[in-house]
Amino acid sequence: MADIRAQATPVISPRQVLIILAALAAVSIVAFMVIGAKGNWSFILPFRGAKIWSMATIGTAIAIATVLFQTITANRILTPSIMGFDALFALVRTVQVFFLGGLSYAMLPDQLQFTYETAVMVGLSTLLFRWLFGRASRDLYLLVLVGIVFGVLFRSLGGLMQRLINPNDFAVLQDSLFASFNTTDQTLLGISTIAIAGVGIWVWRLLPALDVLNLGRDTAINLGVNYNHTVSQVLVIVAILVSVSTALVGPVTFFGLLVANLAYLVIRSHRHILILPAAILISIITLVGGQVVLERVFGYDTALAIIIEFVGGVVFIAMLLRGSRT
Amino acid sequence: MIRTQSVSRSYGDNLVVDNVTLDIPARGVTSIIGPNGAGKSTLLSMVSRLLDMSAGSVTIDGMDVTKTPSDVLARRLSILRQDNHISARITVRDLIGFGRYPHSKGRLTVEDRSHIDKAIDYLDLGALSDRFLDELSGGQRQRAFVAMVLAQDTDYVLLDEPLNNLDMKHAMGMMKLMRQAASELGKTVVLVLHDINFASWYSDYIVAMKDGKVAAQGPGPEMIRPEVLSEIYEMDIKVHEIGGQLISVYYG
Repeated sequence: MADIRAQATPVISPRQVLIILAALAAVSIVAFMVIGAKGNWSFILPFRGAKIWSMATIGTAIAIATVLFQTITANRILTPSIMGFDALFALVRTVQVFFLGGLSYAMLPDQLQFTYETAVMVGLSTLLFRWLFGRASRDLYLLVLVGIVFGVLFRSLGGLMQRLINPNDFAVLQDSLFASFNTTDQTLLGISTIAIAGVGIWVWRLLPALDVLNLGRDTAINLGVNYNHTVSQVLVIVAILVSVSTALVGPVTFFGLLVANLAYLVIRSHRHILILPAAILISIITLVGGQVVLERVFGYDTALAIIIEFVGGVVFIAMLLRGSRT
Repeated sequence: MIRTQSVSRSYGDNLVVDNVTLDIPARGVTSIIGPNGAGKSTLLSMVSRLLDMSAGSVTIDGMDVTKTPSDVLARRLSILRQDNHISARITVRDLIGFGRYPHSKGRLTVEDRSHIDKAIDYLDLGALSDRFLDELSGGQRQRAFVAMVLAQDTDYVLLDEPLNNLDMKHAMGMMKLMRQAASELGKTVVLVLHDINFASWYSDYIVAMKDGKVAAQGPGPEMIRPEVLSEIYEMDIKVHEIGGQLISVYYG
C-alpha cells in the first residue's frame, strides 16, 4: 500500500515543472504577439505588448494575493475575491464617485487615486479579516458563507449607489469597474508594476517565514515566527495586490482559486519559492494563452473573463463538494 | 526552571486555569496529570506563549514568555500540541527540517542536517522520511511532529499528550527517549499524560491538576499513592509495587 502511493509521486521535480511552465508562458506570449499580425510591426508590437504587460501584471497580482491569503488562512478554497475583498474595492470607488461626482474621479491623477484607494483597502480589509478570522472557531463553510454574504452586501450597496448617481457619473464608474483583461491604461499599468515590484521584494524577504506559516499558527509560534506581525504584513500585501488587480481588471471571483490550485497540483511542494512562481506563470499562461485561443479560434465570440469565471466556478463547487479536507 | 506566577485563564465566566503558581524544576521529566478539563493543556499553552494569560506571568530561566522575542524563546523552548493539522503538502523530512528554523531561518547548514538525521533515527522514521504527511497514520504523524520538536534542540521540551495514537512499542520508545534526553542531555521535559503508569515509570516529578488548580505535586513515589490518585480522579485506584515500580490498577 505504502509503495503504491510512493510510486505515484511524480518523476519530474518542481524545478523542471517551473521550466516547462516558463516555456509554455513564453510560447503563449510569442503566439499572442505574432499570430494574425498583419501590417506595421512598429504599431503591432507596442500595442500587443501593452496588452501582455497588462495581463502579466494582473495575473501576477492575483496569483500572489491568492497563494498568500490561502497560506495565512490555512485553506485551499477561500480566496480574497471569494471573501468579497474585490467587491470591497469596487464599493470604495463607488462611494467616492457617489459623494464627489464622476468628474472629480476622472480629474484626480491616477497615482493619487490609486494610492488613496489602496490605503482605504488596506485599512478596511484588515478590519474585515481580523473580524472574520480573529475568533476561535474557523469553520470553513461558515467563512465561505460569510464571505459570500459580504460580497453580496458590498455589491448591493455599490449597486444602490450606482443607481442613485447621475448617468454621466455612472458611465465613468462602470467603465472603470468592468472586468476586462485588455486594459492598456499606461499610467495605471506603470503604477501597478511599481506596486507589484515593491510587494515582490517584500514577499521575497518574508519567504522563509511564509513556509513556516504553512504549518499552522501554533507550530509557527513554536518555531519563533512573530505570528501576528507576519500575518498583518501578509494582509497588507494581499490588500495592495487586490487593489492593483481590481483597479486594472475589475472584480474577478474565481481566477485566483483556479491558478493557485493548479500551482499546488503541479508543484507538489510546500515551498513558496516554488509555488509562487508557478502560480504566476500559470496565470500568465491562462490569460495570454486564453486570449490567443479566444481571439483566433473563437473569433472574439465571448469574453475571456466569462470563460475563466465559469471554469473557476466549477472548480470552486467541485472543491466544496469534495470537502474541506485540504 | 519554569515558574508560573498566579496564572489564570478564563473563557467568559468559565475559569479554566485558576491562579496557578508552580515551579517546574530544570533538568528532568515532569508529567502533568489530571482528569479531562483540568486545565493541563491550557496551562501548557500559556507557558509556551501559544495562548494569552488572563492574569499572572510565566518565566523560563527568568525570561518572561510574553515579553521575550519569539525567536529567542524558540531556541530555548519547544512545544507540541495535541492536534496538528497541516494543510500544506509536506514530507516528513521537510517537516523535521522546520525544527531547525529557529537556528538557521530556512537555510539548512551541515549541523542542521545532522540534527535532522538524528531526530529521524530517534523516532524510527527512516523508512518514512520521504513520505508526505497526509499519507501517514495518526501515530506515524505524531512521531514526525515529535521529531521536529527534537530537531529544534531546545533546553525545554513541552509535549501535550505525546503518546496519542501511539502503539505500546512506540509509546514506550517515546518515553525512553524523553527520559534519555533528560538524563543524558540535561533537557527539561514537561509532558501532559493520561496514562498514570507511564507518568509513574518515567517521570522525576508529577504535577496533578484538577478544576484548574494544582491539586498535588511531588516526586513520583509521593504522588502514586491510592489516596492521592483516588482523590484526583474521583475513582477507586489501587497501587501495586511491581519490579520496584509503582503501578496503578483502576480497571473493573
